[in-house]
Amino acid sequence: MTVETKPVAAVVTRISGPIVTASGMRDAQMYEMVQVGDAGLAGEVVRLQGDRATIQVYEDTTMMKPGAPIRRTGAPLSVWLGPGLVGNIYDGIQRPLPGIRARSGAWIRRGEKVDALDTSKRWLFHPRVKAGDTVSAGAVLGAVDETALVEHLIMIPPGVAGVVRSVAAEGEYTLLDSIAELDTPDGPRKLTLLQKWPVRQARPIRERIRITEPLITGQRIIDTFFPLGKGGTAAIPGGFGTGKTVTQHQLAKWSDADLIVYIGCGERGNEMTEVLREFPELKDPRSGRPLMERTILIANTSNMPVAAREVSIYTGITLAEYYRDQGRNVAVFADSTSRWAEALRELSARLEEMPAEEGFPATLPTRLAQFYERGGAVTTLSGERGSISIVGAVSPPGGDFSEPVTQHTRRFIRCFWALDSELANARHYPSIHWLRSYSEYVEDIAEWWGKRAADWGELRTEALKVLQREERLQQIVKLVGPDVLPDSQRLILFLAEILKNGFLTQSAFDEKDMYCSPERQMAILRMILTLYRRGSDLIQAGAPLVKLQQLPCIQQIVRAKSSFGNDELEAIGTLETEMNSELDALAKEYEGKGS
Amino acid sequence: MEDFRFEIEDHGLQYVGSERIDGPLVIVERIRDVGCDEIVEIMDADGQLRFGRVLDVSDQQAVVQVLEGTTGLSNRTLKTRFLGESFRLPVSRHMLGRVFDGLGRPVDGGPPPLSSDRRDINGMPINPDARRYPREFIQTGISAIDGMNALVRGQKLPVFSGNGLPHDRVSAQIVRQARLLEENADFSIVFGAMGVKHDVAQYFIRNFEESGVLARVVMFLSLADAPSVERLFTPRCALTMAEHLAFDCGRHVLVLLTDMTNYCESLREIGTARGEIPGRKGYPGYLYSDLASLYERAGRIEDSNGSITQMAILTMPSDDISHPVPDLTGYITEGQIVLDRDLFQRSVYPPIAGLPSLSRLMKDGVGKGYTREDHPALASQLFACYARVKRVRGLADVVGEEELGEIDKLYMKFGEAFEQRFLNQGEYENRSIDTTLDLGWEILSLLPRSELQRLSAALLEAHYRPVADGVAEPKRKEEEKEV
Repeated sequence: MTVETKPVAAVVTRISGPIVTASGMRDAQMYEMVQVGDAGLAGEVVRLQGDRATIQVYEDTTMMKPGAPIRRTGAPLSVWLGPGLVGNIYDGIQRPLPGIRARSGAWIRRGEKVDALDTSKRWLFHPRVKAGDTVSAGAVLGAVDETALVEHLIMIPPGVAGVVRSVAAEGEYTLLDSIAELDTPDGPRKLTLLQKWPVRQARPIRERIRITEPLITGQRIIDTFFPLGKGGTAAIPGGFGTGKTVTQHQLAKWSDADLIVYIGCGERGNEMTEVLREFPELKDPRSGRPLMERTILIANTSNMPVAAREVSIYTGITLAEYYRDQGRNVAVFADSTSRWAEALRELSARLEEMPAEEGFPATLPTRLAQFYERGGAVTTLSGERGSISIVGAVSPPGGDFSEPVTQHTRRFIRCFWALDSELANARHYPSIHWLRSYSEYVEDIAEWWGKRAADWGELRTEALKVLQREERLQQIVKLVGPDVLPDSQRLILFLAEILKNGFLTQSAFDEKDMYCSPERQMAILRMILTLYRRGSDLIQAGAPLVKLQQLPCIQQIVRAKSSFGNDELEAIGTLETEMNSELDALAKEYEGKGS
Repeated sequence: MEDFRFEIEDHGLQYVGSERIDGPLVIVERIRDVGCDEIVEIMDADGQLRFGRVLDVSDQQAVVQVLEGTTGLSNRTLKTRFLGESFRLPVSRHMLGRVFDGLGRPVDGGPPPLSSDRRDINGMPINPDARRYPREFIQTGISAIDGMNALVRGQKLPVFSGNGLPHDRVSAQIVRQARLLEENADFSIVFGAMGVKHDVAQYFIRNFEESGVLARVVMFLSLADAPSVERLFTPRCALTMAEHLAFDCGRHVLVLLTDMTNYCESLREIGTARGEIPGRKGYPGYLYSDLASLYERAGRIEDSNGSITQMAILTMPSDDISHPVPDLTGYITEGQIVLDRDLFQRSVYPPIAGLPSLSRLMKDGVGKGYTREDHPALASQLFACYARVKRVRGLADVVGEEELGEIDKLYMKFGEAFEQRFLNQGEYENRSIDTTLDLGWEILSLLPRSELQRLSAALLEAHYRPVADGVAEPKRKEEEKEV
């Protein structure tokens, strides 16, 4: 990396909020990082015109004056990649918030410069290559145990290849110590535990591959009805108060990804604090280790500078790509992409660009596509399988899904979890609407489910059919009331109610119910649909619906989700047997009476 | 008031004349050493002083926003002096009990506050790593809030209202009654009024007086007849004051801001005058970030015992909750209390809408160890049942109440009791949380057990007492409370 300070004086000529214009910038590059003013505020070149450059500044520009000096760094905005990322919390430009806190207290002062990773900490390095090996980009040099959950693989950076001249012996090294030396076509090259990568550029892969496995989230409505594949992209749109953030938190907690990158982009400070305080306490259901040991947080809250909000999404996805390149399944949660789009709009307006729909820049769809396309299931440079799943929350103004961000996002995602304010008002959580949501991954992952529950597809379709019919019947009920409907139709209403209360709603705060294993999901659904099938038969046979409604097992079925935990599948089996014998008794009563 | 001057040493040059005056903006050319957001002193032909702020500065010109209006200014005669710093407010705890205008100048006849501690009113963002998560339940004595949308210390919970609805009475009642369960620590109150009428301000002052809290209140009043630009500074002055009281003096501060809709309108006015590209309904595209820079200044931090709890009142133009102001507010704040015209017209006080109101932090401040074990499930059940009431009422409007099924009739009865007995209460009635919860159970007893699917068998066993006509039972045993 060539580092700067040419004598040509680059100075500020104009300041308008986060946008600064400077002269003396003829040699600057697009997206180059610069330090603005005496305080050295971080900024990025976003437009070049002759000798002048337009710079977006990541920090507050209050009291900056024309004539203030600008220092160029000669390199684009890059993130540090190496051991120590996991469990950390960063702002939008990868400054560690605990580090900032140690220097400036509870408030984020301007111009704080803190290294993204601790360069004095020593990591135990286990080499995996030996001198004389021929290695190419992405090859694993060795490993570092970053946390109990994450073994951090040290890879040859993209674009580098050669023969290993020497490699460090097993031992403790800092991020800056040389751990290997390579003979490359361009001469010898020293490698360290640390790499840097520009955030706006996707890291290279060998090829994209098909998505075949679901990202199991432990949330019934998602896993059973609208599953997301590992490497898939999903959007959660919803007006305020519909539970976007709680749903995102639930997914970040219980998804079976190897690593979680959670980007709090323009949202509430307290929500990030909640994650920060809660995740170290919660245990991963698979390994029993604290969830924080597989989580990286990016927090650029709504009151932090807007330019850093714009870049926070790229910072997050670059960190995710780095771990994907190590052959991991990474899940990225971005809350909320609307705030990011608004940051684009605000910056674009200050650059006096011509606006498109609702003031958003015309590049909005391209930018959204670029972001979501950085997800996917891939073969990495070293030939491993890795994936990035992206879940983006969308906050449409007034809860109206026809606005530009929701509409354009829909073009680039394949899984749509529509949150509904009526459901939220009735405290039906998660308020994902079963008729307005969809997943295009159902076919891709059917095989995976088929191996675990052969009847998954069947149960799913049948349940959705019941819910769909209920919606139509509700239209009639609104006009004439339920009592005039025949029992066979009222059974649908009754069953849909059981499905909603006993399956679709899931409490994020109930110890037993917050995570529901795929097996338990199927057990509960199977039981409810058996009740439906046998109930239909009974009504055919002439039994009144009331008799069915009064069976003692009904209350227990509705509460089964919170009465029996993931390891109590047998109890659900027992309940189903009970239900069947109660239904048998009822059937006997009406045997031969029906038409 | 006239003789009050910002305590800033004379600084720099005085410029005579300006290039352009456009609405609240003055453009001054050929300037030197001027910073963005710098405060400007503007003198008109008569020697009267006004204040302004630099919005945009280049090596040729500065765009200055005049805080007290541009009436009477002339391009030829006006004189500007750049004061070398951004807008600052002197803060000290001796400001408690005082009244200031929207820019922090005393209007109660007292002297300007003496303090060497002058803070930039824009504040600095709180580091999320340094925040303390709000968890302490505040009892407001209002069932609709305590029972269903509980407030916790350090929360920002706005009141969404409409013109003519009793938002002032409701917030005054909250200010009067709010307290923590265990402690008896009093709240200090910072009151910021933006563009409200004199009588509204008077109403609050009278209320503070009556409840004997006046000595703990700091007021910043930018009333309806004050220049609208001033309103952009008022909430920031109020919050700067609150931050000092909370995080330096360790007090618990309740910030009451009214009316945020007026604030947003001033923002729109400035945006339009600057020729910015407007977003929805003409509001600037940065309305969200701007509102966030106010609302996010609530909370608690690790290194201080104090807290800032925020209640912003806003009136929804034509009761439209999807209007940009309530909409963006709802996306930033931790819930909202929505006042409902329909309830108000049926003389339910406080007319707090059952369903759209929400407290996001409630889950962390209620239940075992905070209020009572049954609280979360009970609230959830009340919400679910009341949602059903709304559906049944819709049906009853069509088919007539007599045609409803048995269960639906019970729901009608429940709905009536819920509104008239649970939501409805006196303006001076202060209900303890136990009273509120017991009342909730009492009303739920109107419904059969099979309808109460969100309550566990154990809770039903302990609290559910089906009584034919819903007559109250004697007080039930107290749940254990962990402190």
